[in-house]
Amino acid sequence: MNFKTLLASTAIAATATTGALAGKADDTLKMAFQRELESVDIYYNSAREGILLARALWDSLLYRDPVSGEYKGNLATEWTWVDDVTLELKLREGVTFHNGEPFNADDVVYTVNYVTNPDSNVKVVKNVSWMDHAEKVDDYTVRIILKAPFPPAEEFLAGPVVIYPNEYYEEVGPAGMALKPIGTGPYKMAELEPGKHYLLELNDNYFGGPKGKGSIGKIDIETIPDINTQVAELFNGELDYLWNVPADQTEKLDGLGKYNVENAQAMRIGYIAMDAAGSVDPEGPMTNKLVRQAIYHAIDRQAIVDALVKGSSIVVNSACAPIQFGCEQDLTSYDYDPEKAKALLAEAGYPDGFEIDFYAYRNRPYAEAMMGFLNEVGITTNFNYLKYAALREKRTKDEVAISFQTWGSYSLADASAITGEFFTGGVLDDAMDAEVIDWIKEADSTGDKEKRKGLYSKALKKIADEAYWVPLWTYNVNYVMSPDVAYTPTNDEIVRFFDISWN
Amino acid sequence: MLMFILKRLGLALLVALTVSAISFSLLFLAGDPAVAIAGENASQQDIAAINERFGFDRPLPIQYLDWLRNAVQGDLGMSWYFDLPVTELIADRLSVTMRLGLSAITFALVLAIPMGVAAAARPNSLIDRAALLISVVGQAIPSFWFGLILVVIFSINLGLVPASGNETWRHFILPTVVLGYYATPAIMRLTRAGMIEVLSADYIRTARAKGLGTRKIMFKHALRNAIIPVVSLAAVQMGFMLGGSIVVESIFALHGAGYLAWESISRNDLPTMQALILIFSTFYIFFTFLADVLNAWLDPRLRVS
Repeated sequence: MNFKTLLASTAIAATATTGALAGKADDTLKMAFQRELESVDIYYNSAREGILLARALWDSLLYRDPVSGEYKGNLATEWTWVDDVTLELKLREGVTFHNGEPFNADDVVYTVNYVTNPDSNVKVVKNVSWMDHAEKVDDYTVRIILKAPFPPAEEFLAGPVVIYPNEYYEEVGPAGMALKPIGTGPYKMAELEPGKHYLLELNDNYFGGPKGKGSIGKIDIETIPDINTQVAELFNGELDYLWNVPADQTEKLDGLGKYNVENAQAMRIGYIAMDAAGSVDPEGPMTNKLVRQAIYHAIDRQAIVDALVKGSSIVVNSACAPIQFGCEQDLTSYDYDPEKAKALLAEAGYPDGFEIDFYAYRNRPYAEAMMGFLNEVGITTNFNYLKYAALREKRTKDEVAISFQTWGSYSLADASAITGEFFTGGVLDDAMDAEVIDWIKEADSTGDKEKRKGLYSKALKKIADEAYWVPLWTYNVNYVMSPDVAYTPTNDEIVRFFDISWN
Repeated sequence: MLMFILKRLGLALLVALTVSAISFSLLFLAGDPAVAIAGENASQQDIAAINERFGFDRPLPIQYLDWLRNAVQGDLGMSWYFDLPVTELIADRLSVTMRLGLSAITFALVLAIPMGVAAAARPNSLIDRAALLISVVGQAIPSFWFGLILVVIFSINLGLVPASGNETWRHFILPTVVLGYYATPAIMRLTRAGMIEVLSADYIRTARAKGLGTRKIMFKHALRNAIIPVVSLAAVQMGFMLGGSIVVESIFALHGAGYLAWESISRNDLPTMQALILIFSTFYIFFTFLADVLNAWLDPRLRVS
């Protein structure tokens, strides 16, 4: 054997060994995060990655079945509304935290009272600010007292509000929880390097419940910022699971025929925000309904979805994600019709169009495509591509008349998570429509589901009639998995580790 | 000599102070830090809470002086993003970046200096042309592309080295090549130019005349003089590699200080940014100083002045 053949066979042997090390053979699913997660403590991060880990490590009181949308008991087994602002929950018995601490009413009361205390400075205040406090009735019964009637309470109790072990958290606080998280969830944290590496291990003592017990022994997560490097590691067999893969990469990987490629919609939608209320310029073109309708007609949203957004994304006409409760779909829509757009502009007094600053902070190609369409009907756009923080600051200072925005609704399947943010008279409300504000505020605080639906419907119909926004499309997420991995992604951008299995 | 060093140190301190003051105010111009901390999905309520908690509403000079007072005492504050002490966060990342920077500059020097000498020995020969080609290619290839090509060949196809991570020395091979290669052209060109100039000097002719071997003339007599500007350049390149290895660190998922700096900008993590700027500028000043000392050692004439 000469040197060259020796080298070659070593190389092949090396590839073979690395290939066999990852994945199914040692029951370890390897995946990557694209960005560094600030803290594992779910109450102190606002990142998608944090939500993924939280669903694995902790449990919420309720669980929303991602397929049927039905709420099921999780750490609570039964729940009843005593009145509009009092929810009584019976807790599951025999559950223990990863450190052996038993789960009972004290943990729920402690967690709720901790996160609702303004001094705790939780990061996403909206997730918890609807609760006032919790009270213990007996060891396995608690009452959560709301500040005001809050219809999507169940959605929040099934999502971001997870229960912490009171004794442990009291002792270690957020800093300790970030380094050694302890929960009741189907997975426990075995190793953790902040922002870099997480190793989850199946919790053998997990109670099961609606999440099920999980089947993969270990989930090994590395932070690899560059998606191309992630793809390389997939080729190397060093990663088994990629998510948020760009559309073009996904197509190529799918073309190889070797990988299990899935696509699912996300709750995030894109939209064009316009200064209808005239806070930026009371005389500006955006204050004219005809101009806003012209912009709506000018943009071929379907073409952008087909060419750029791709995947399972669909064009939306309502100012919310179709999967959200109350997201009315039967409303005015505006077809792609550049001639009509020109006519509307002429009618509005802009026969030669006008010039305006167009702002965006992500998906630059989408923004450029939209500007191309606007230019065609005579609207000259000066492009301003800013960092999110900078653009948001400009918006709150009323300096942005038209911008391309997106909103992910914290993965909450309720229209209040988007309309409540942008159409209730806050600093990011560009419409400032008193009627819409009233309807949505009432819907946000009404218990009756049918009544809520009706109110959202009225508000969303008016938003469409007045063309306050140009809703664009839903976003989608591409998942590329090794052929050994079985997982059906859901429409909420949440990867549920306990639902992944080996083929 | 002591006076000279003290003066330089004083100057260095002023430079560091100026850099930190300017960067502090510039960072605040880059966008509302509260919005950046709160993240893309934050509501107005979240942002207001953060503004209050971190005291962003106070006047900028006061915030700066606060930071400076603590920094002088060795407390660089808490990272707003990670909620960890900045010193703890940086120590770990800096060791990765230092390892990468040192190995890359070594790689660049080992590659560039012999190439420059060989090219200068026979200007316009095939060797010279080849060296020129290598250096032009090095300058022209974007490192994100070069890095990926190396990954495809050496990691995916040959399976010789890992593509990402920083656990072992093997993880540093590809990043070293990519980062080092980028610094090669400048060093090579400068070595070549210096050598050509020196080789035409009288004392080289004298050395030749007295019958010294080519190798001895090249490396002992000529290179020692030609390399002085290269030392200064290498020092600058080293500084650049520590701060500018963002792309390489990102491709190879190295989790170094350069990438941390870059990410901290988009997160508006000011304490981390401030600390990194301070450290990077200190490095820069240190390496320039080191280059002066090295040059003085190489060239006795500099010692006199």
